[in-house]
Amino acid sequence: MASTISNLQRHRPPATSQPKVTQDPVWVRWLLTTIALLFVAFFLVLPLASVFAEAFRRGINAYFAAFNDPDALSAIRLTLLAAVVSVPANLVFGVAAAWAITKFSFPGKSLLITLIDLPFAVSPVIAGLIYVLVFGLQGWFGSWLSDHDIKIIFATPGIILATTFVTFPFVAREIIPLMQAQGTDEEYAAITLGASGWQTFWRVTLPNIKWGLFYGIILCNARAMGEFGAVSVVSGHIRGETNTIPLHVEILYNEYNFVGAFAMASLLAVLAIITLVLKSFIEWKFQQGRAEA
Amino acid sequence: MSLFQSRRSALPGFNLSLGYTVFYLGLIVLVPLAAVFLKTTGMTWEHFVQAVASPRVMAAYRISFGASFLAALINLVFGLLLAWVLVRYPFPGRKVIDALVDLPFALPTAVAGIALTAIYSKNGWIGQYLEPLGIHVAFTELGVLMALTFIGLPFVVRTLQPVIEELEPELEEASMTLGANRWQTITRVILPELVPALLTGFALSFARALGEYGSVVFISGNMPMRTEIVPLLIITKLEQYDYRGATAIAVVMLVSSFVLLLVINLLQKWSRRYHRI
Repeated sequence: MASTISNLQRHRPPATSQPKVTQDPVWVRWLLTTIALLFVAFFLVLPLASVFAEAFRRGINAYFAAFNDPDALSAIRLTLLAAVVSVPANLVFGVAAAWAITKFSFPGKSLLITLIDLPFAVSPVIAGLIYVLVFGLQGWFGSWLSDHDIKIIFATPGIILATTFVTFPFVAREIIPLMQAQGTDEEYAAITLGASGWQTFWRVTLPNIKWGLFYGIILCNARAMGEFGAVSVVSGHIRGETNTIPLHVEILYNEYNFVGAFAMASLLAVLAIITLVLKSFIEWKFQQGRAEA
Repeated sequence: MSLFQSRRSALPGFNLSLGYTVFYLGLIVLVPLAAVFLKTTGMTWEHFVQAVASPRVMAAYRISFGASFLAALINLVFGLLLAWVLVRYPFPGRKVIDALVDLPFALPTAVAGIALTAIYSKNGWIGQYLEPLGIHVAFTELGVLMALTFIGLPFVVRTLQPVIEELEPELEEASMTLGANRWQTITRVILPELVPALLTGFALSFARALGEYGSVVFISGNMPMRTEIVPLLIITKLEQYDYRGATAIAVVMLVSSFVLLLVINLLQKWSRRYHRI
C-alpha cells in the first residue's frame, strides 16, 4: 500500500500565519478545534490511559507481580528475539533495495517498488497462513522438515518469519523517497575522486540517510514487537515457548487475569509512547538539518 | 542480472543490491504468497465456491466489508476535521496532538483491542453511560466499527495533511476577492482540491480495516453470522485443520486487497498529477 502514513519528508515547518481574508471566524476555529480535541480525547487518549488504569487497578504490587512469572519473561524474551532478527534483516534489505532503485535505472523498477509494498496490503492473518502453507505439516516442505526434525511452524523460526513479513517494507519505503530526492551527484563525486563503492556508501550515502534509516527502524521495531495476527497463526500458543508479549496478553485476558493482561499490555503501550516520542524527535532533527542546508 | 545492466550509472553495486533485493523479496514475500494461489488450484470449482460462499462466510464478508466501509467513512469526516485543525489553527499542544494521531499505528492491535473492550464494556469508562441508554458497544457490530475506526484514523489524517499544507493561499484569496463567502470558498474551491487525497485516505483506511484482526477479536465477541470478521473466520478454519477452506477465503481477501492496492496507486497518481497543475 503506497501510503503516506509515515514519511519523514512530508513534514514541513508549521504553516506561517494565514492572511486575514482566508482566516475562519474565531467561533468556527474554536468549535472545530474543540470537536477535534474531543475526538482525540475519546478515541485516542482514553484507550491509552485505560491500559495503565486497568494494569494498576489492584495496586502497584499486583502490577509487578504480573512480571514475576516465567511465562511472561519467556514471552518478553521471544518478542525481543523476533525483533532483533527481523529488524536488521529488513534493514539490510531496505538499504540494498534503495541502493538498486535510486542509483540505477532498469526495467521493471516501478513494479519492484509496488511488490516491496505488498506486505502492507496483506492481512496479518493471511501473512501467517502463507507460512503455514509452505512450512506446515501439510505444506510444501512439511514432510521433508518433519523427516529432518526441523520445526518452523509452531516454533520460533515461524514467529520470526511472520514478523519479518509484516515489517518487510518499513525501512525500504522510508529511505527510497529520501535517496531519490538526494540524487546521485555526491556518490559520483566520491567515486570520481577515487573512493571505493563501500567507502562511498559508508562515508557519503549513509550520513545522508541516517535520520531516514533511524525513522524506519523505529517504526519497523514497533510493529515487530507488537504484531499479533500473523504470529498468532504460526505460534501454536505454547505457553513459555512460542508466545510473544501480544499473544501472552491474549492468553491472560482470556483467562480473566485482567491485571496480568493489562500489565503485559502496558509494556507495549510504553513502547508505543517511546516510538511516538522518538518519531517526533527525528522529524524535528530532520527539519533542523534541512533548514541548515 | 547483468542482462539489466544499467545504461547510465557508473556507481558500483548494481548486481549485488538488485540481486539481493529480488532474492529476499522472493524468499520472504513472493514465493510464500504464491503458495496460497497454488493451494487453491488443487480444489475443484464447486469446492472453491462452497468454501467461499457458504452462508457463514457470506455473513463474515458482510460484516467485514460493511464495518470497514462505515469506519472509513467516519474517519473521512473526522480525519478531515483533524487534519484541517492541525494544519490551519495554531493552538497550544498542537505538536502533541499531531504526534498522538499516529497512536493507532504505534499501539499494538491486541493492546488496542483489550483497551477498547475495557472502555466500552458494561462497567467501562464509557460503557457505563451507554448501557443504560440501551447502546451496547462491546460484543456487538458497533464494537467492530469502533475498533476499525480506531486503527484507520491515521491514514486519512496523514494523507490530507500535506495536501492542506500545500494549498495555495492565492486560490482562497482570489475566491474571496471575487465575492465568494467563506463557506462557498470552502465547498467550491478547497474541498474539490482535496478530493483525490480524501479518496486515497478513505481507500487506505478501508483496506487496513479489511485485514484487521487483533483489535477486533476482543471487542467483537466473535459470534458467527453476527460479529465474525473474515480474518477470524480464516483462523477458525485453520484451527479446525480445514486448510483448503481457509486458503480459499484467503484468496478472495487477497484479490480484494490487490484490487484496492491498484485503486490506491491510481488514486495517488491522479492526486499527484492533479496537484502539479
